[in-house]
Amino acid sequence: MTQAAMAHDTAGGRFDVERVRIDFPILRTEVNGKPLVYLDNAASSQMPQPVIDRMVRYRTREHANIHRAVHTLSETATAAFEDTRGKVQRLLNAKEEREIVFTSGTTDAINLVMHGYGRKFIGEGDEIVVSHLEHHSNIVPWQMLCLEKGAHLKVIPVNDRGELLFEEYEKLLGPRTRLVAVTHVSNALGTITPAREIVAAAHARGVPVLLDGAQAAPHMRVDVQALDCDFYAFSGHKLYGPTGVGVLYAKGEHLDRMQPYKGGGDMILSVTFEHTEYNVPPHKFEAGTPPIEQVIVLGAAVDYVTALGFERIGAHETDLLDYATTEFNRLPGVRIIGTAERKAAVLSFEVKGVHPHDVGTLLNEEGVAIRTGHHCAQPVMKRFAVPATARASFAFYNTAAEIDALVAAVKKAQKVFG
Amino acid sequence: MSAANQLYQEVILDHNRKPRNWGAVADANRRAEGHNPLCGDHIKLTLKVEDGRIAAVAFEGEGCAICKASSSMMTTGVKGRTQAEAEQLVQEFRDMATGKLDPAAGRHHLGRLTVFAGVRDLPSRVKCAILPWHTLHAALNSIASTSTEADADPMHAPLGNA
Repeated sequence: MTQAAMAHDTAGGRFDVERVRIDFPILRTEVNGKPLVYLDNAASSQMPQPVIDRMVRYRTREHANIHRAVHTLSETATAAFEDTRGKVQRLLNAKEEREIVFTSGTTDAINLVMHGYGRKFIGEGDEIVVSHLEHHSNIVPWQMLCLEKGAHLKVIPVNDRGELLFEEYEKLLGPRTRLVAVTHVSNALGTITPAREIVAAAHARGVPVLLDGAQAAPHMRVDVQALDCDFYAFSGHKLYGPTGVGVLYAKGEHLDRMQPYKGGGDMILSVTFEHTEYNVPPHKFEAGTPPIEQVIVLGAAVDYVTALGFERIGAHETDLLDYATTEFNRLPGVRIIGTAERKAAVLSFEVKGVHPHDVGTLLNEEGVAIRTGHHCAQPVMKRFAVPATARASFAFYNTAAEIDALVAAVKKAQKVFG
Repeated sequence: MSAANQLYQEVILDHNRKPRNWGAVADANRRAEGHNPLCGDHIKLTLKVEDGRIAAVAFEGEGCAICKASSSMMTTGVKGRTQAEAEQLVQEFRDMATGKLDPAAGRHHLGRLTVFAGVRDLPSRVKCAILPWHTLHAALNSIASTSTEADADPMHAPLGNA
């Protein structure tokens, strides 16, 4: 842990963003001759120095394959790898360590549930409920399953603020509903969905629930036992860790019944040409050499955010979102898309008369990095009748001054377009 | 002034706001639609080709300023030209936008279209500029719809999409 993070850990007081920023070397770089203002955290977040250091240490002194050899390096790497499983278990407050499966990311985690659970337990005429807010990664796998099995996809509608219509959701839960798969936080609009209530309503009818936590895990305390969800997925690279690693939490009772997703080494107990005995969860779902480095480094990222504390992270990000929302509402010709009462640090917007991609290019000229496009959520774009949006998304290392830079850059873009 | 600002100042103020040849050619005998699925640019191009010459051309759709201005200037640039001349412009424009042709050095027929040269410094926007040309090529070769992500697209290069 760095001094800055340590100070927060022990002081327990006000969140000092300037001290935290010291940990992020990339925030001291320039783009187009301007200080980088990185506001594309919903796409991927930046890595603090202690996490970078962990990566270097692993590569410099610790790399070996895991779960195999008896030599020291392999045992060290295996211990560090499995250590992260425990850290993620505590991060999510999962009941058991074996409920944490490492994947290559959120998409892979959802596909694991589709193949391992969906293909075994969902059949012809069955129904899967998703919401209108979903990222493509929580739509397409279920469409593929529906195509294969003759099942049907049902969609929870949203209101003009981007909030799920809960009564409509309850109406969709029927005798053939076999799974509910919804996002915890919308990547395109920032809406925080009522996850606990969604789970409770489904469970009342015996239906399991998958939560896509890619945009939630980096910003709030996630307690899978309190949520009582059956599956929870998130990515390492949005949680200040590396790409190539993600997590699927699944209740042990489900993992025990699920079929393997990928076959290969590490997921077996014994193999003959006649018969293969599978390993136990989570290993049953981790075929082949996993992203060892990424998992270990993710462990360092989990340590970092845990030391900062989600209460303070959340409070600071809420301040940023409130400030940005106020400033944007004062800008003529700018419309915020997604105005849910409960929102995470995402601000989607359109600038009248300026296509989002032009906004993005002109903001980049000012060093301001935002995402423009459909955000892999084309149904959301269609619902709000826009081809694309510009999206600023915040992390705990962003500042009010950076929001001022964003606002100034938007004004400048408006000026270019006259 | 930066590449982006320069590009925008020269191109947008005119053609984005007042696109030329906007709409559809009523008695068109060539047509194609062009898509850029990554950013939602979508244009419909209609042409009337008579005796191997582009007698009329029009476009409509939605897109960013670079795409709209490029479409608009393309229509003015190819009207009255032969199919072969138009195809040559398609090739030259593509080469310029991807940095293979330096309009200041080599021989070409691009004329005012060289205002788009700066797009080569904005890799994520190259496809926006090329889409209308791509669509023109499709229309002249009786391909009903085209996409910047099509397999056969020589411009095909995956861009970030997460």
